Amino acid sequence: MIRLKFEPRLDNPAWMNVMIPVAAVLTGLFAGGVLFAFLGVNPFRAYWAVLVGAFGSTYGLSEIVTKAIPITLTALAGLICYRMLIWNIGAEGQLCLGAIATVAVVRYFYVDSRIAMFALMFLAAALAGGVWGGVSGFLKAKWNVNETITTLMLNYVAINLSEYFIYGPWKDPMSMGFPFTPNFPPAARFWVFGSTRIHGGIFIALAITLIFQLLLKRSKWGYEIRVIGENPRAARYAGINIAKNILLVTFIGGAVAGLAGMSEMAGLHGRMSRGFSMDYGYTGIIVAWLARLSPIYVPLVAFLMGVLLVGGDTLQVVMGLPHASIKILQGLILFSMIGAETLSRFRIRIVRVGLRAKGEEN
Amino acid sequence: MELIIPILAAAVRSGTPILYATLGEVLSERAGVMNLGLEGVMLTGAYAGFAVTKATGDPWLGLVASFFAGAAITLIHAFLCITLMCNQVVSGLALVMTGYGLSALLGRSIIGETISGMASWSIPILSDIPFFGPVFFQHNPMVYVSYLLVVFLCWFIFRTRWGLNLRAVGENPRAADAMGLSVTKIRYLYTLVGGGLAGVGGGYLSVVYAQMWIEGMTSGRGWIAVALVIFGLWNPARAAFGAYLFGGVEALQLRMQAMGSSISASLLLTLPYLMTIIVLTVVSIRAGKGVKLGTPAALSVPFRREDRD
Repeated sequence: MIRLKFEPRLDNPAWMNVMIPVAAVLTGLFAGGVLFAFLGVNPFRAYWAVLVGAFGSTYGLSEIVTKAIPITLTALAGLICYRMLIWNIGAEGQLCLGAIATVAVVRYFYVDSRIAMFALMFLAAALAGGVWGGVSGFLKAKWNVNETITTLMLNYVAINLSEYFIYGPWKDPMSMGFPFTPNFPPAARFWVFGSTRIHGGIFIALAITLIFQLLLKRSKWGYEIRVIGENPRAARYAGINIAKNILLVTFIGGAVAGLAGMSEMAGLHGRMSRGFSMDYGYTGIIVAWLARLSPIYVPLVAFLMGVLLVGGDTLQVVMGLPHASIKILQGLILFSMIGAETLSRFRIRIVRVGLRAKGEEN
Repeated sequence: MELIIPILAAAVRSGTPILYATLGEVLSERAGVMNLGLEGVMLTGAYAGFAVTKATGDPWLGLVASFFAGAAITLIHAFLCITLMCNQVVSGLALVMTGYGLSALLGRSIIGETISGMASWSIPILSDIPFFGPVFFQHNPMVYVSYLLVVFLCWFIFRTRWGLNLRAVGENPRAADAMGLSVTKIRYLYTLVGGGLAGVGGGYLSVVYAQMWIEGMTSGRGWIAVALVIFGLWNPARAAFGAYLFGGVEALQLRMQAMGSSISASLLLTLPYLMTIIVLTVVSIRAGKGVKLGTPAALSVPFRREDRD
């Protein structure tokens, strides 16, 4: 009988940091291709459609960047929590709350000044998202309530809450019954690159990427939360306040996801409509892992994920496949990624059990 | 009474798909493997069940297909978490996406199709009992199967040798290994059976409950099932109570909508999720006070046989 034997790797070669995500993406795409072929979808045509849709026009390129903006932010939101092994999967809901807060500011506190509006929307969205995330952090820190479940449940609450506003009190009276809020006035909109849909949100995303990179790699606090993640017992002995840090990372993460909601409202849509959140919160989770929890790689990976999503739109239009088909690729890439990570931690040997001396079996 | 009985009966009917998934997750977690991917597994089961029922005209065959489809897609999770010792949270999330995408892609050909589903069947004598009869014994057969399953699992987990082995593997895999049990085999077995039951939960939704296929039709029930395992403290009977509670909220909300209640449907829909959070918090507070809850000690901790000294 043949068995796999896992031996921990003592070395951690540098090339692996690059190879693992690349290999994971390729494996995921390959497995997805095989699956597509099996289901009667020509994988070459499908991937070609994705590529043409994404890179075949300036519109495609601009759409990729437009999607990469919120994904970068939601990935960063998750990343800072995952570093501490806090399984916050609530970016979707925190993004929603940020969007709701942005619309509320425009509705109730409108001033005719771009700078004032930006400041107000920024604060409101960050606060709303931060509190939404912080609730789960508080429950975790105080009573050890499973944060995966609470963040997820709050996603559903947030989405339903946004629909309540879209269909109810905030519905545009001029919308002829369609579910969306009135258009934002110009002072509440971001600046936009020429004739594309790429908007000022890109600067928020890049700025927070840099801040996170410095914070996590260079600051004492960044070191602290890494210790908590890797060795909570050592952290406790070192006198690090774990409860406070849980509250802090969930609040910061929520705030960043809230900013994604603001940037979608003020930068892209200019109003809140049903389904505006597009699952960016969940996509961010994959991006955070593919970036191996390093903030600096997040924008790049978010861009690649944008390629996949824009390609998904073309899959729908050109090949008549449901948009959700792209989720198969996302899932398979994520599977490959965590599988590849294990392979990087262990050397795998195939051993024959039963043919050798007894001591070898184990 | 005339108002309450139909709501309670509806609670049982709509709690049943969640119950199947929850029972599956109880088995999986008792063996030490957390499967957050139930949502994706249920969707896969829902698709397979509907497609096979449509093709064969036999809902029972459809539900068998749901079981195997659920187990099949869970195999990826089992391989990653048990053999490759990967992070179970991330693997579960990937399973949700894969299952959702796969069922959406496969299901594109059966959108709008209809099936006749499963006729309901009142159990003689039992269904005549006032109150309990109409609430529990005037349903489709899959509801009765779930009752039997709850009773069976309570006996199996707590009263049999097999159940003891299962709990040993989730509680102290090293000791189980020393007793000569194959931790790997047992974990694979219950993770796959657990996935299969979640698949049946999905199949119940498409074949028996809705009698059609809609993309993403589980709408969060898989996640609720994950939460209910904690709510039910890894105990099948308590899990059943939780599932019916949730079914009750769902039924109540549908009824209030139908009666034209002025409360917004969107706001009502937040109730089950808020309730999960509250219940989870109460359970966690009690756990913090040292109340023994039954959490498998080795839950989501991978087991590597070579780690033995």
